Amino acid sequence: MTQSDTSVNTLAGGLLLDVRDLKKFFPIKRGLLQKVVGSVKAVDNVTFFLKEKETLSLVGESGCGKTTTSRCILRAITPTGGNVLYRTAKGETVDMARIPGGELQSLRREMQMIFQDPFASLNPRMTLLDIVGEPLLVHGEKKSSVRAERVAELLRLVGLRPEYMRRYPHAFSGGQRQRIGIARALALNPRLVVADEPVSALDVSVQAQILNLMLDLQAELGLTYLFVAHDLSVVRHISDRVAVMYVGRIVETAKTEALFSRPLHPYTEALLSAVPKPDPRLRSERIVLQGEVADPANPPPGCYFSPRCAYATDECRTETPEQRELAPEHFVSCHRAGELNLRGVASGKAGE
Amino acid sequence: MSTSENSADTLLSVRDVKTYFFQDEGTVKAVDGASFDVKKGKTLGIVGESGCGKSVTTQSILRLVEKPGRIVHGEIFLRKEGGEEIDLVKLAPNGPEMRAIRGGEIGLVFQEPMTSFSPVHTIGGQITEAIMLHKNVDKKEARKIGIEALRSVGIPKPERRIDEYSFELSGGLRQRAMISVALSCSPRLLIADEPTTALDVTTQAQILDLLRRLQNENGMAIMLITHNLGVVAEMADDVVVMYLGRVVEEGPVDDIFHNPLHPYTKALLESIPSIDSQPRVKLPTISGAIPHPYNRPAGCPFHPRCASRIEGRCDAGEPRLAASGDRQKVSCFLYDSEGRKE
Repeated sequence: MTQSDTSVNTLAGGLLLDVRDLKKFFPIKRGLLQKVVGSVKAVDNVTFFLKEKETLSLVGESGCGKTTTSRCILRAITPTGGNVLYRTAKGETVDMARIPGGELQSLRREMQMIFQDPFASLNPRMTLLDIVGEPLLVHGEKKSSVRAERVAELLRLVGLRPEYMRRYPHAFSGGQRQRIGIARALALNPRLVVADEPVSALDVSVQAQILNLMLDLQAELGLTYLFVAHDLSVVRHISDRVAVMYVGRIVETAKTEALFSRPLHPYTEALLSAVPKPDPRLRSERIVLQGEVADPANPPPGCYFSPRCAYATDECRTETPEQRELAPEHFVSCHRAGELNLRGVASGKAGE
Repeated sequence: MSTSENSADTLLSVRDVKTYFFQDEGTVKAVDGASFDVKKGKTLGIVGESGCGKSVTTQSILRLVEKPGRIVHGEIFLRKEGGEEIDLVKLAPNGPEMRAIRGGEIGLVFQEPMTSFSPVHTIGGQITEAIMLHKNVDKKEARKIGIEALRSVGIPKPERRIDEYSFELSGGLRQRAMISVALSCSPRLLIADEPTTALDVTTQAQILDLLRRLQNENGMAIMLITHNLGVVAEMADDVVVMYLGRVVEEGPVDDIFHNPLHPYTKALLESIPSIDSQPRVKLPTISGAIPHPYNRPAGCPFHPRCASRIEGRCDAGEPRLAASGDRQKVSCFLYDSEGRKE
C-alpha cells in the first residue's frame, strides 16, 4: 500500500481524523500447532470522525474495545482492516492504518498519549528532565541545554515548579505524576492527544485539578483530544461529543448534551441510569441490566446488545443494525431507535 | 466493661481508635482517633480519599492489622446476639473468640474479587471452608448451604459454578461469589470495602441492588467503605467522612449531601463532576494534594488545603468531633462547642 493509494480519500475541512470501518481481530490459538480456531473481534467496524480542536470521548465498559481502538489510531498496533484517515500538519491526508512503518516517526510527533496509571507509566530511574525530555531527544534535539529549557517551560505549563526537574517520580503524588505525564505528551507540540483513562487512578479531589488542566491546555494550545474513559460523569464534563461502545462496536455517537439528555440507544440509556448520582434525594429506580456483557469471541447474532435489551424484537436478534444519522451528528445503531422514548439525565442540577 | 452509653440499636461502636504503624522512617498515624457507630440493620457509609484510614479502620475492627501496625488506643464494642457488648480490642487477634467473630458475626467483602479468592481452590472449596469453620455441619451439608448461598446472590447454575475456579468467573460474578462467602454464615454486620470500585457501572448497579435486597431480607447492618460519593448517596443511611485518619464529619446521608458543615466535605462535594452537571465548565478544586503520611500537618490535618482556615488557630490546635445541631457532628474550629458557626 502506498500513499498515493490512500490520498484518494482526502479529508473535508475541519476534520482531523476520520475512522472508517476499523477492525482489529486477535486470533485465538489452540493446541500443539497453535492452530487459529477463532478470533476475538476487539474492534468490529468502528466508524467515527474527530474534528479539529474538539474532544471526543470513547465510553464503554471494560473489554468493549475502546483502548484497542485508540491504539489502532496511533498505530501502536496494526489494525486488521479499515481506514484511519488523518490530516497532517502540512495538510496532507494519510491513512494511519496502512502507512509504512518508516513514515510513522514523523507523524508520531503530532499524536501523543496520556496514560491511565501515573505510577506505572513513569520510569522510576529517570528524573523529570529525562522523562519529559526523552521525546525531544528521540526527535533529534541533541543539545541538553535546549532540552532543559523546554522541559522547564513544559513543567510550568502543567503547573509544576521547574526546580523539580532533577527529581525522580517517587517524590511526587499521583496528581503531580499525571501532570508529568501530560508534560511529556506535550513536549513535541502534538495536535492530537489520546488520553486513556487519565483520571481514573486519581483521588476525587485531584481529578478535578487534572480535568481543569486538560481543558486549559486545550484552549491554550488548540489540542484535539480523544478521551477514553468509563466514568460518565467525567466524560460529560470534558467532551464535546461522545461515542458509546459495546462489544467492539460503536452503538451511538452524539454531541454530549444530546447524548446525555436524549439517548437513542437502549444501552446508552442503561449506562446513564446505572451511574449513582451524588444526591440521596435522587435515588431513582435504576435500569439494572440482566446478564453479562457478550463475549467478543463468540458474540450473539444480530445486535450484540439484544440479549440484554428490554426493547429487543425478533429483528434485533437476527439482523445487525446499521449506523443511521437520526439527527444532525447523532448516529445510532439500533433497529428501533427513534420509535423508543428513552430516558436521559436532565441537564443542570435539577432532578428528572 | 459494660457501656450503658451505647443505645440498644447500636451494633458496633468504634470509640477513639488509634492505629499506628511504627516504621524506621517514622510513625504513620493511619487511624488517629476515629469514633462512629454502626446501627442495626442500617448502612453506614465511610467516605474518604486514599490515605484517610478507611481500610485500616476495618482492619482494626477485624483485628487484622499487620505488623508494624498496632491499635494503640481506643475501644471497639460489638453487641452480641444476646445483648452484651464485648471490646474487640481486648481480644487476642487470633484467639477463638475473634476467629468466631471474623466471618461469623462480621462478614467482609473486599475490593478486588480477583485477588481475594485463591486461584488454586474452587469457589465451592472456599465457601464450604468458611461454612464448616463457623457452623457445625459436615462437608455434604456445607456444600448444600454453599449452593444455596450462590443462588441467593443471583449466580446462574450454582450447582455447576461451585466447582469452578475464580478465574473462570467474570468480575461481576466473582464479586457475587465473594458476597456469598461473606454471607454464608449469616453475619449481622457486613463490611464492604470498596465493593464495586473494580467493576463497570452496569455491574456496579447489579451489585448495589443485590446488597440492598439482601439487607432487606435478613436485616444485617452494612458498613460501606468507598471513595465514590455517588455510591454513598445511593446506599447509605448515615455517613462518616474521614480525612487523614480522623473523622471530620458525621451525620444522616441527606444532611451530609445537602447541608455539609466541614470545609472538606463541602469542597469534596463541589469538586466532583456529576453526570447532570454542565459540560465543559471548570470545576472548583481543592488546592494541593493529600499530604504524605510522614509529613502530617500540625493542628487540623486539613488546614493547609482549607479555604476557610483561621491562621494561628487551625495550625495550632486540633479540633474535636462535636455535635452540631441534633443530627450532625463536625470536627472544625469554625463551629463552637454548641455547633454554631462562629
